[in-house]
Parts: sequence; structure tokens; C-alpha cells
Amino acid sequence: MPASLEASTKLPDSAFALVHATRAFGTTRAVDDVSLDFARGHTSTLIGTSGSGKSTLLRMLIGLEWPTAGEVRCDGEPLRREDVLEVRRRVGYVIQDGGLFPHLSVLGNLMLLPRHLGWTPSRIRERACELAALAHLREELFGRFPAELSGGQRQRVALMRALMLDPPTLLLDEPLGALDPLVRHGLQDELREIFRNLGKTVIMVTHDLAEAAFFSDRLILVRRGRVLQDGSLEDFRRHPADPFVREFVAAQRALPGAA
Amino acid sequence: MSRCLAMLAFAALAALVPLRAAHSTETVVIGSKNFTESVVLGEIARLAAKEHGVAVEHRRGLGGTRILWRALLGGDIDAYPEYTGTLVHELLHDVPPDAGIPLLRERLKQLGIGITASLGFNDTYAIGMREDEARRLHIRGISDLARHPDLQLAFSNEFMNRADGWPGLKAAYHLPMGARGMDHDLAYRALASGAVDAIDLYSTDAEIAYYHLRVLKDDLHYFPRYEAVYLYRLDLEQRAPNFAAVLNRLEGSIDAQQMRAMNKAVKIDGKSETSVAANFLGVEAEPGSGAFWSRMARYTAQHLALVGISLILAIVLAVPLGVLAARRRRLGQIVIALTGILQTVPSLALFVFMIPLFGIGAEPAIAALFLYSLLPIVRNTHAGLTGIQPSLLESAAALGLPPRVRLWRVELPLALRSILAGIKIAAVINVGTATLGALIGAGGYGQPILTGIRLDSLPLIMEGAVPAALLALVMQGAFELIERALTPRGLRLRAMS
Repeated sequence: MPASLEASTKLPDSAFALVHATRAFGTTRAVDDVSLDFARGHTSTLIGTSGSGKSTLLRMLIGLEWPTAGEVRCDGEPLRREDVLEVRRRVGYVIQDGGLFPHLSVLGNLMLLPRHLGWTPSRIRERACELAALAHLREELFGRFPAELSGGQRQRVALMRALMLDPPTLLLDEPLGALDPLVRHGLQDELREIFRNLGKTVIMVTHDLAEAAFFSDRLILVRRGRVLQDGSLEDFRRHPADPFVREFVAAQRALPGAA
Repeated sequence: MSRCLAMLAFAALAALVPLRAAHSTETVVIGSKNFTESVVLGEIARLAAKEHGVAVEHRRGLGGTRILWRALLGGDIDAYPEYTGTLVHELLHDVPPDAGIPLLRERLKQLGIGITASLGFNDTYAIGMREDEARRLHIRGISDLARHPDLQLAFSNEFMNRADGWPGLKAAYHLPMGARGMDHDLAYRALASGAVDAIDLYSTDAEIAYYHLRVLKDDLHYFPRYEAVYLYRLDLEQRAPNFAAVLNRLEGSIDAQQMRAMNKAVKIDGKSETSVAANFLGVEAEPGSGAFWSRMARYTAQHLALVGISLILAIVLAVPLGVLAARRRRLGQIVIALTGILQTVPSLALFVFMIPLFGIGAEPAIAALFLYSLLPIVRNTHAGLTGIQPSLLESAAALGLPPRVRLWRVELPLALRSILAGIKIAAVINVGTATLGALIGAGGYGQPILTGIRLDSLPLIMEGAVPAALLALVMQGAFELIERALTPRGLRLRAMS
């Protein structure tokens, strides 16, 4: 591998990195020789059409998929199978429909991991109330089951669950993808506020360029398992690395005004 | 994990074995086959032994020859009534077809088995005619039939086709007439009504006395001898010396006429085997097997024990097997295929296969029901676990929960409904299948059903069949309540929305 890349991934402010990482399913490569570095404290967004490999890429960071070639680094150290539980506890992970467990109440979902780690009920309750304030969820809902919540409420609970241990990193896979536009718009504002206040490393996946640009300065466009362009929305507009980038940008109708 | 499971399986089976040792060694156990004559002979031996102060128990109507023979060799029973022809043709393979009792005694001694002399009658194939018709035509023996070529003969299909049946008989006695095949029960009625003149029968059939039939003498000794005897374990001579003496005293004491009368008293007059046997011995019959409700309580307790114990053992093994099957796909296919094969073994055969391992009684029945219960539970556990939404499994993994916690806190609760449904299927099927347990001495609702079939008594059959059906319904209902109680509220909500 190139010496420069080797050096850059060892930087102390690297939260996660992929080094020539490939994930093949049979003959198709969902992720194909990707090298990326995610700096601590920043928000980055992986964008691309469905099937581009952006979700697989995100899942590789916490060992939900393992590279068939290359490697994943966490805090500069290669991710090993024996460390994976520990790494996952330092990461909050939220997926499209929230992934809440239907057999557990809101509080049951929130306390699953802390209870396993031996937290006292009062400490769990206290943390849950803190996060309820942060995520604007009414505490009366703690006893409800996921089926009794609205889509937006479910995503708030999912975010709270991801934040219970106060992890330094958040991975969000289309976190707002299943919501109707109004709820989505409101939540976008709230989420951006939360990310700024908490100072977390955030890596988000979306297919919506507007949403990506709203959340982060760094956009990474993925196509067929490869990174086409890595930069700001401005870079994408002015210096598209590829005709597909231009096409992708042009396909977004209601972009916010140029920065 | 798989080693852990193998140990569980072993423990489940091993748990059954000590049950077997629980038999009292003081009591002499007599067995009998699943037909009236055998049960009557078993009762005669039991009552005679009791008269002589031997502690004795009779496991009646245990099933077929193989079951009794193996139980005797295995020491699960100590004695049972048998026929010399069966020993010669089915059980001992190295004796000449005309072997007499002395030769059989010598051969059985090597197996640790003793044999009495003939009890006094020969229960073999015979040819029967109406008494009045036979007297009119002066027919006493089969050879007399040759003088009457116009007689109509009807034989059971088995007798028509066996080489030692009609074809051999016709040749041996030079009989000129033909014969037609007919169902055995119909043949008796046809004979009584005069539609046919002679039929094949067993020489001690109850119907002989009922229809006033004459059994023609086999003057050329064509039919093999099926002398009734008792077989018993030779170690009884030390354990219960009186008992062997009791059996020996019964030698030569029952002739064919008496046996027919006793068969008729049970099968046609509806008397109990016990009262018939007591009457024969001239002893006081003890009160019957109790009033209806106490009998029903006993059957129910036995039946519930069969179903309950087998089901609990099956759950203990099958749920972990289902988890393993869901975790490892290749292994899972093998596990499901193997339990599927167990399911295809005919249930009666499976019960009989368990006898060499567990003897007779409740234990082999529980073992067989246990094996039958595995498939529905394994398959539903597997289906429940593999049917969980992948996004939920991934959420559980992404939280950083270790696999064991994911299994207990997320996967099993989500698969619970399917697992319970599998257990319910196994329980309901077991209630039905357990009725077969009566054939190998396990008791339960099968007991009255079996006796009812033997005696052709619909009320007796119903006495077992109705409560078995009711129990199946109760099981179904009980499991639905359990399912409702155990299913987390959140899952019921999802089912509604």
C-alpha cells in the first residue's frame, strides 16, 4: 500500500479507516478496494444509489461484514474479531426503520445493553431521561411498545438507544429514510443540532444529496463499490470527477443554495 | 455448543433408564398377548399363583409374539402363555418342524427359558362344520369330507393361499371339491345360515361353542401342532420356586372344549377374563378393575405421564437442537432430516424398537413419544429463529451484545410463538400416539381401546377414544392459554396492527 496512506491512517485523530478494503459476495464486489479515513469529531456522509455498496461499507466498520481483502481500522488499530463487541459498544448504530425490538417496551429497548453491562436500574433510568430530553421524547412513552409509536418516535428511541453508553461515534444508515417529508424535515434539524452539541464522529448513509449536504461538509459518492468522489458539495458541483457525479448532482431538484 | 447438546441428549435418554430398574424384583410378572385366549391363560396363571401365596402381577394384552418373547428374554416379564407351533415356526429357527416339547425344552434351556408340558389343548387350524349337518352326513374327521364332493367350502384368504393351508390339505386328504375365499367373520355367518358347509377356524375359537360347530378330527395329523404351554424364566426356580410348581400343576388341565367355552364366555357373553379364569379354577374372583371413574382416573394419570414426561424431555433436547440448526445451516439440514426420518418410522414399529433398550411398560413408550416429539419442536424452533427480520438480528449485534445474550433476550423471545406452536403440535400428536403404548404395557387410554378392539366392544373402545380426543382438545386449549400468557405484549400488538 502507498506509504502516504499508511501514514495518514495512523494519525491520532482517525476514528475509523478502510485500507484497500474489499467485500465480495461470490463474484460481485459490494465494496471494491476502498480506502477512506474518517476523522474524529466530524460528520461525513456516504451517498449513492441503492445497491452502490454504501451500506455494506458502513457495516464493515463495526464487523457486521468482514473484508475479504484489505482491512478496517478503528482508532488506528486493525479491527479484530475478538475486539468486535468492545468496538460496537463504542459506536451507536441506527438503521432505517430503527431496528427496535418489538417484544420490548421503549425502556426495555434502551436498557438491554446497559443491564447486560451491570448498570443499576436507577442509573439506566437517569440516562434514559437525559436522552429523552435531548431527543424530545416524552417520558410517558417509556412503557409503550414500538408498535404503539409513530415512525418519528421510533427513530428518536433508536437514536436514544444508540446513545445510551455515550459512544464517541454514531453510524446512521438512512436514519430518516422511512419517514414522511414533514417529520423528516423536523428531525433533520433536530439531529444536526444534536450532532453539533455532542461533538461526535458521525458517519451517515443516505441516497439524498440534499440531506447529505445538510448534515455534513464531507460527501463521499459511492458507485458499484468504489468511491467516485470525496469532497464538499461545492467540489461536486464545480469539479465533478466523473460524468456520473454531474448526473447525480443534476438529478437533485431542490438543493439548498450554493454555499 | 454441539458437545453440550450431545451431552443433553445423552442425559435426556439416560434419565429414562433408571425408571427401568424401578421394577420390583419380588413380584412375578406374567404377560399375555393381545387376544382373549392369551389373556385368559394369563389370568388363570395369575389367580393360581395367588392362591399359592406368590406375589404376582399380570400385564395383560401386551401386543404380539415378538413383544412378549423379547420381554421374556429381557426379564421384563417372567412368564407368558405361548404355543409350540409359534416356537417352532417363528421364535426358534434351528429346530425341526415336528419338534416336540422335550426338544423345545432342551433348546429353550440354553436361553434360560423353561416350558411346561401342554396345557391340554391344541390351538391350530382346523375345519369346522355345523354339528347337526356333520351328524347327518356322519362326518367325524377331515378324511370323511372326501366322500362328499358336493360340499361347499369357504376359507379365509390367508388359509386359501398358504402352502400349508388349503392347497396342502387338499393334496394330503385327496379332497375332490373346490373352495372359495371369504372373510373369516362372514364365513361363520355363512356357515350358520347354511350357505356354506365347512370353513377353516382355529380350534378354540369362541364361535365354535356359540354356533354349535363340530371341529373335524385331523386324522392324518396334517396341521402343525400349536399346543398351549407356559414359557417362564428358569431363574424363577430360585426366585419364586412355588410359581414354577403352580404352572406345572396347570399342565394337561384345560381341554379344547373348556378353552372354547372360556373364550365364548369372554368374547360373546361379555364376562371379564378374571371372572372366567376364577370360575375355571374354582376360586373367588377378586372385584373387577374398579368403578368407571377410578378406572378412568388411572388411565388418565398414566396417559398424562406418558405425554408429559416425553414432551418435557423432548423440549429439553429439541429446542437447543433447533437453535443449533438455525445457527449452522449444514448441521441444521442434517438435524432436521434425521428427526424427519424418525417421524416416518411407523409408530408401532418405533414402540417395538424401544423394547430392547427399555423393556416393556411406560419407559419404551415414553422413549418412542420423545423421539416423535422432536421433529415438530426442532422444526418450529428453527423456523422461528430463521424467520426473524434480519434488521433486528443486526440491531442486536450492532448494540454489542454477546451472542448468548442476543439469543436469550432477543432471538428466543421473538421465536417464542413458533416454538410454542411446535410444542403444541407435538403434545396433541402425542396424546393420540400414546394410545399405542398400551400394546407394550404402558397403560393409558390405549388400554380400553385395545381391549375393546379385541372383544369387539364399541363401548370399551369409546371409553379410551373419547377421553383421548378430549385430552387432545384440552391440550390444545391449554397451550393456547400458555401462548397468550407468554407472548410479550409488544408482539401481540404487532399481530393486531
